[in-house]
Parts: sequence; structure tokens; C-alpha cells
Amino acid sequence: MSSAPTAPPRSFLWARAVFLTLLSGFVLVPVFVMVSSSLKPLQDVSGRFRWLPSGLTIRPYFDIWDTVPLARYFANSVVVAGVATVLSVIIAIFAAYAVSRYDFPGKRVFTVTVLSTQMFPGILFLLPLFLIYVNIGNATGIALYGSRGGLILTYLTFSLPFSIWMLIGYFASIPRALDEAAAVDGCGPVATLFRIVIPAAIPGIVAVAVYAFMTAWGEVLFASIMTDDTTRTLSVGLQGYATQNDVYWNQVMAASLTVSVPIVAGFLLLQRYLVAGLTAGAVK
Amino acid sequence: MATATQDPTLPGRRTARPGGAGSRRTRRRSPRLRRASLPYLLLLPAALLELLVHLVPMLTGILASFKELTQFYIRDWSAAPWRGLENYRVSVDLDAPVGQDLLNSFFVTCVFSVLAVGMCWLLGTAAAIFMQENFRGRGLLRAVFLTPYALPVYAAAITWAFMFQRDNGMVNHVLVDQLGLLDERPFWLLGDNSFVALAVVAIWKTWPFAFLIVMAALQNIPKELYEAAAIDGAGIWQQIRKITMPSLHPINRVLVLVLFLWTFNDFNTPYILFGDSAPAPANLISIHIYQSSFVTWNFGTGSAMSVLLLLFLLVVTAGYLLVTSRGRKTADV
Amino acid sequence: MQKLRVAAAVLALGTLAACGSGSTGAGETGKGTPKTLTYWASNQGPSIEADKEILTPELKKFEQQTGIKVELEVVPWADLLNRILAATTSGRGPDVLNIGNTWSTSLQATGALLPWDAAAFGKIGGKDRFVDSALASAGAEGQDPAAVPLYSMAYALYYHKKAFADAGIDKPPATWDELVAAGKKLSTGGKWGLGVEGSNLSNNIHQVFVLAKQHGADFFDASGKPAFTSDGAVAAVKQYIDFMATDKIVAPGNAEYAQNQSLQDFAKGDTAMILWQTAATTLESHGMKPEEWGVAPVPVPSGAPGTGQNINSMVAGINLAVFKNSDNLDGALQFVKFMTGDEEQKILNKTYGSIPPVKTAQQDAAFNTPDLAVLRDTLATSAAALPRVPEESQFETAVGTAVKELFADAAQGREITTELVKERLTKAQQQMPTK
Repeated sequence: MSSAPTAPPRSFLWARAVFLTLLSGFVLVPVFVMVSSSLKPLQDVSGRFRWLPSGLTIRPYFDIWDTVPLARYFANSVVVAGVATVLSVIIAIFAAYAVSRYDFPGKRVFTVTVLSTQMFPGILFLLPLFLIYVNIGNATGIALYGSRGGLILTYLTFSLPFSIWMLIGYFASIPRALDEAAAVDGCGPVATLFRIVIPAAIPGIVAVAVYAFMTAWGEVLFASIMTDDTTRTLSVGLQGYATQNDVYWNQVMAASLTVSVPIVAGFLLLQRYLVAGLTAGAVK
Repeated sequence: MATATQDPTLPGRRTARPGGAGSRRTRRRSPRLRRASLPYLLLLPAALLELLVHLVPMLTGILASFKELTQFYIRDWSAAPWRGLENYRVSVDLDAPVGQDLLNSFFVTCVFSVLAVGMCWLLGTAAAIFMQENFRGRGLLRAVFLTPYALPVYAAAITWAFMFQRDNGMVNHVLVDQLGLLDERPFWLLGDNSFVALAVVAIWKTWPFAFLIVMAALQNIPKELYEAAAIDGAGIWQQIRKITMPSLHPINRVLVLVLFLWTFNDFNTPYILFGDSAPAPANLISIHIYQSSFVTWNFGTGSAMSVLLLLFLLVVTAGYLLVTSRGRKTADV
Repeated sequence: MQKLRVAAAVLALGTLAACGSGSTGAGETGKGTPKTLTYWASNQGPSIEADKEILTPELKKFEQQTGIKVELEVVPWADLLNRILAATTSGRGPDVLNIGNTWSTSLQATGALLPWDAAAFGKIGGKDRFVDSALASAGAEGQDPAAVPLYSMAYALYYHKKAFADAGIDKPPATWDELVAAGKKLSTGGKWGLGVEGSNLSNNIHQVFVLAKQHGADFFDASGKPAFTSDGAVAAVKQYIDFMATDKIVAPGNAEYAQNQSLQDFAKGDTAMILWQTAATTLESHGMKPEEWGVAPVPVPSGAPGTGQNINSMVAGINLAVFKNSDNLDGALQFVKFMTGDEEQKILNKTYGSIPPVKTAQQDAAFNTPDLAVLRDTLATSAAALPRVPEESQFETAVGTAVKELFADAAQGREITTELVKERLTKAQQQMPTK
């Protein structure tokens, strides 16, 4: 959007071409390896590396569904990551709005404490958290362990601190003049949040949502002990292609690609929100 | 955390305008009280969740660090014997392998984090700036760049592990067989190279996050600034230096911190690459703690190590926030 | 008004979060009614789904016999120990579970597993039904076992018949000298004599444990204290590493193997020998025909496997344990009885290619094939249980890592001296808990 009236100089165009080409190579080579390996029979995958499959087969794409219950894991992951994201973003928006637009006692304690929770290695509070969930279960009958709900609660809290911090940043960069204009029009603070701040911060909110989603999507450690066969998520479930006796490389790759296609497609759809800039928000 | 981190620039501090300029109508119940409680209400869900899922378990972990929690006692944590500072003593005893390994692992993690954060930030920012202006194929390229981030961590790491195999991997195939750069096939998952492998994988799967965040932040820079600069005769490189980079400052401040804490505590990548015994040059602290607690059934010592780690990160973060806030006039993040 | 609405929204959200977590998946553990049991099985077959298909009809049979419904979960190996740890810590776990038999003593120490005293054994048909060596791997010495054996396995030497014929070797090696000599003949032209899994800690432990026995050494002394640095232990580890470092019959690339790549190499004919437990199913899945490989006892110094210094395998296998917290102990015992009954033992061990640890079931002709007879005889006469100390898992990690690092050194051309081996083992020993 840096629409300089004059065309960018040659040096810029060259630098851009070279940089983006190299970077695409770095990004795409592993993706290519995944694609080509997913199309090889198992014997070929575990042999010497070849760029192109010698015997092309799409069998892995059928086998993946029988080796592990991939469809169920995928559904679990979508539900867990999706719900955790929605809740996390909503809660983070409220918190970030409070911090960025108000001054109140305890604000610093809140922000610092929230941030500090990100410093504790997950490994350590894994068991305590499990214990707490079990105790909540024993006391109230709400089964948090082994359920999607427990995982949702965990993941939404994982992404919350950074979501809050990042949104504070985005909110702070929205000119205060907009708020004031809204106030003059008679908007209360909540209306200002919904009518001014959120629309103006859409790119940031989408970025935060993507972050929250991916945090939940990829988490391995907590999912490994907090789920059982019916609630297992993909990131753990994919490990099922590595059994005690064998690693089904071709199926791992095929399954990873298959489950990633909807996610990449989702990213593509979200793109226009990412670039819908401040101007779009400010008009409303 | 009662750690009184003095941070004069916490976001929005300057903006003390409670309630907006909204003394419009007089209300029946004290509007002042309601106005004062609004921010707390907004924070409540976040605070409750953090308390339940982070703070209480964290405090439990801190308590555990003073206990002897081996296989003999894990069944009932409250009945486990207190060990005082013994777990800490073992962790920092540099004359014994446990302390030495922890120290080594700590240094490895520091170098790894600085390297990974630096590269992720650099790649992400450069890519976002280069792609700020529209060109043909930009949308496609953006999707391509986000792909590593969209893959489940397990898929990404296992693919790299596959490529890093010594005999059958793609990396050695290219380096040795095709380019002939090396005569001997190096190991990538063992020995000193394992650090390189780890860093490459971490950067590969994390940089798109930086890209995403910076890309979003770039949208908030008012066009007028560029137009004004262009009228003043600033070229594109100068615009990037004078306008783009300073405007990114607030978001960078958070982004770098996020990336740092994230890579510093990264568990998934080394765990999937190396299993539960990572080679010493790539023995990140989270893996090390996992090994010292889960694999060897000693949660007390593992907790003590985690608490030390927490203290270190608190200090670093506090220092970082202080340093990055100095010398800037605006208090907005 | 608007502020109130926000407050309401926020509160609603809070409850939503709580509801969302509560409503899903509740009641899935199925405990509470004595008519159900939860069973965690480890992954034994080619995949988790395959295991479910194998076990479900058997569990149905049990339900028909007893009216007890068994909720099966096949837990992947990557998660199993952590799941068990979490279950132990919280008391919230399955009623019956699979454990790798080498974990038995460590888990026994937690006190979470039901001890198998005479009364408990009485309910499943008596202690005498089980093979001694298998039973010996189910807990600490002098204590009631913490589990009962379910599937047994032993190590054997698998050799590639065609590679042997091509190299003019007419019979499998019976001593290590013969193995090294054969290996040298076989290691030519990009092919190698022996395959190892250098980065697989457990496998490393299994191998050096046996070699140490053959050197008359143990990794723990009689009082249960670590003794990693005895001359015998050092010599054993060095001997194992030397297959790669000095004898050069192991491909350097094997140093990073941890996912059974050595089986793939063997199936492809790139290595001629492997020391493995029940490899048949996997080899077949890699396209080998059973007549293409031979099975022989793992070499021993004297050439004749037996007890003492002629031990040639650890007792490998899976044990079945009952969680003390189970609210259906009686049903759990019935289930163990069912699983260790002759009929199920035959069916399941046949399917998984393992050996029944139950004497009567072992007599079935299916376990008398040339392959399985070797494993069965090894188990009966020349196998020993890994150290039965609560610190067994620390031992596996510390010494297994030392062996892994030594392999990495050897693969990168570093000289492996006795001093270096001793230094690594000393470090490993210092990492053990002191008390």
C-alpha cells in the first residue's frame, strides 16, 4: 500500500525478486518433498531419496483413513481449535480494549501477570493442570479431562496472553480521534468498541485469530495426555502413522497434506481481511 | 506473579480518558462507579481463565519444586516429603552432570532463541514489506508463505526429519550427490549439526507468523505519510527506513517478545525431531526439563529447573520492556 | 444500558466457556457402573486401527461370557507412558492397562498398581500357569508382581539367507567372533553385515544388558545401586560400539536409526543380520517372504546359550496390570483371567507373532515354527529380566543415551577407547538419583 506516485526503482524490484524467489524455495522444498513422498509406495519412500517418484501411486491417500481414524481426529481438531479461537479472540478483545482505553488500578499487574504466564514451560504445569481438571471433575461432575471441552479451555488460555498483548498494540495504533468523534456522536464505550475499534482493527484481529487457531491446531504435549481415542486431535493423532514397528512416511505426508488443505484454503479466504486496512474501518 | 516489573510504558497508559467524553446524560445509578468497574468486567473472563489454567498450576509447580516427587510419591503430591532447596541445589550444582547439562542446555537455548527470533523477524518483516505493494501473484505467494504455519507442527518436523536423514535424506542427496559440495555424508540429527537442523526447522515453521503479524500491522500505516514523503523526494528505501520501520515499532516490540518466549520454550520441534533424548548441541531447555521430569520420573527437580527458567525469563522480559521503551516519546506500546 | 449489556455478554461468555467444556465428552470414561471396564492397550499390530479390529471381537467374547462391557482404547506408544503417569498422579485412569514389562518395577514403586498376591493369582488360575522368566519381569524381586505377563518376546538373530549364501557362509554365527567374521565377509559393496538402532535408547539398553551379562557384569549391584562403570559393563558397551567402530560391520548411518530403519535395510537386503525381537510381521510388511530369512539364537561367547554368562536375550514383552483405583476390581480380575486364558493367549499371540507367557498355551503347534521355536527356547532357557529396580527408566535414559552418543562418535570417525566408554558411563551413573 505504499503507493508512491513514482514506480519503485530497479534496485527495489531486483531485491524483491531475488528475496522472494529464495524464500519461496526455502518454503516450498519441504512441501514438495511431502507431495512427492505422499505419492510413493512405502518401499520407495524409505529408500534413497529421489526427487520424482519412480512408481507413482495414490494409494497412501486411501490408506490414511484406515491406519488411524483420521476423519475423527480432523473433526476434533477443527472443533477444538475453532471454538478455542472464537472464545479466545472475543475475550482478548474485551481485555485489550480495557487496557488500551482505560486507566485503572491493577492494570499493570494484569498485563505483566498475563505475560508472565507465557514464561513457564508447559511441561511443568501439564501434570498440575491435569490434576486440577480431575479434581474439578470429581467435585462437580464436569469432565474436563479427556474431553474436548478441557482442551478448548486449555488452548484458549494458551493463546489469550499474546492475543491480548497484540491486540493492545493494534488498538493503540488506532487514532484516538476516531474514538472522540464517536463519543461526540453519542456512542458509549461499548458502541465505540464495536463500531470503531473492532472494524478498524480487523487485520489485527484476524492475525490474532489465526495465531490462536494455529496454537490450538499444532499443540502436541497437552493433547497427548488430555485426550483419549474419541477426542484425540490431529497433531497427536498423526503420530499414529509411526507405529512400534514402522513409520508410514508416505501416509504421514499424505495425511498431513490432506488435513492442511482446508487450513491453507481458510488462510486464502481470510487474506482479504488481512489487507482490509484502516481506511475501510474508518469509514464506518 | 508479584514481581513488580516496573514498566512505564505499558500499553495505553497515557490514554486516561475513562468512559470516553461521555458525560452525556445523567444516569440514575452512579455512573462513576459503573465506569470504574467496566474495565474490570472486561478483564474478568481473561483473568479467571488465566487463573485457572495458568496461575494455579504454576503455583502448584512452584510448590512441587520444593518437594521430592519421584515415582515413589507422585501418587499423592500432598504427602510427598519436602526437600527444601535440595532440588535447586542439584539443578545448579555445576560440579555434577545434572547441573552441567542444565547449563549447557541453557546456553544452547539462548543461542537458539536469538538466532531463530532474529531470522524469523528478518524474513517475516522483509517479506511483508516486499509484498506491501501489489504485484501479480502476490495473493498466491502469500498463501504459499503461510503454508508452513498451516501444517501441524508434527507434520512439519517429521518432514524435515525425513529430509535430514543421513543416508536417504534429501538434504544430503543435494549436498553430496547432486552438488558435490561434501564428500562425506554428514549427520544432521546427531552431533553438532543437530543444532543447525533444529534452527532451520524452527525458522521454517515460525517465520510465517512474523510475516502475518507484520503484514497486518503494515495496513495501519496511513497512506498520507508515504505520499508526503514521496513529495519530499524520499525514495522507496528511504520511505521504508523513515516511515515503515518506525511505524512497525509498536508491533515489533510485542512480536519479538512473543517469538522469543515462544522459541525459548519450544518443546514440539526438538521432541519430534530427536525424540526424548536430543543430542547435546540441540538439547533445548524444555526437552531437558521433560527428560528430567517425565522420562526420569523426577518432577521435583524438573519443577526446580522450570522455576529457575521462569525467573530468568522474567528478568529478561522486564529488561527488554524497559530497554525498548526508553528513548521513545510516545507511550503507545 | 450498553455497559450493562457488555457485562451480560461477558458473563454469558464466561458461562459458555464453562458449558462448552463440560458438555462435550462427558461420561466417556464409563467408570461408575460395575458393568463396564476401561482397557488401555498398547499398539502391538501394524496400526492402531488394526489393533482395534483384532481386539474388538475378543472383547465382545468377554462381554458375552461375563456381561461386562470393555471400553477399549489403543494408546500409541508415544503417549503411553505420559498417559500412565497422568493416570497415576490423578488416580483417574483405566481399570486394566498394558505396560511394557521393563516399566513394571518403576510403576510398581508408585503404588498405583494392584499387587498380585496369592489371592489375586488364585482368581486367574494360579501363578504356576506363567513362564518363570516372564513372571520375573513383572516387578521388583521379593515383592508380589505388579502385573501379569500377556505377550512375551525375545531377541534372536535374523539373517538374510541369500546374502549368507552369496558370501559363502553356510550357517548362522553362534559366537560373537563368528558373527564379526561373517559380518566382515558380508560388508562389501555398499552392503553391511549387521544393523543396529543407534538412536533408540531402549534397544541400546536391551543389547548392552545382554552383552554385560555375558561379561559377567550387571548394571546394578545386589543392593540395587547403579554399577555402570564395572569392567564388564564397560567392555560390553565397547563391544557393541565396536561392531561399528572397529569391526566396521555396521553402517555408520545406523547411528541415527531409531524408527526401525534397520529392519527396512534388512528387508531390502542392504544388511545381512539384525538382532531383533519378533521381526516377522514387519519384515513381511516390507515385502520379504518368510523363507528369505532365517532365525538363530543370539550369539554367546561359548556358542551354547544358557544361563549365567550365556544369557542371550532380555525378557521382552507386555504385561497386563490392574489399576488399584479401579471401582470394578472384580471385573478387572475377570478380564485378566480371560486375557491370560489358554484360548485368548493362543489367538492373540498368534496374531501378534509373540510367544504366550502361559505354559499351556505355549504348547500349541503354532508356536513351534522354526522362527518361534528359537524365541520360545530362548525365553525358556537363556533370557534374563532387565534390572528390576525402580530406577529402571532412569537407567534406560542415562545408559541408552551414552550408547547413542558413542555410536554418534564412532559414526563420525572418532576413536572409541575404553577410557571414553568409561567416561560416558561414569557420567551416566552420576545422573542417576542418589539414594
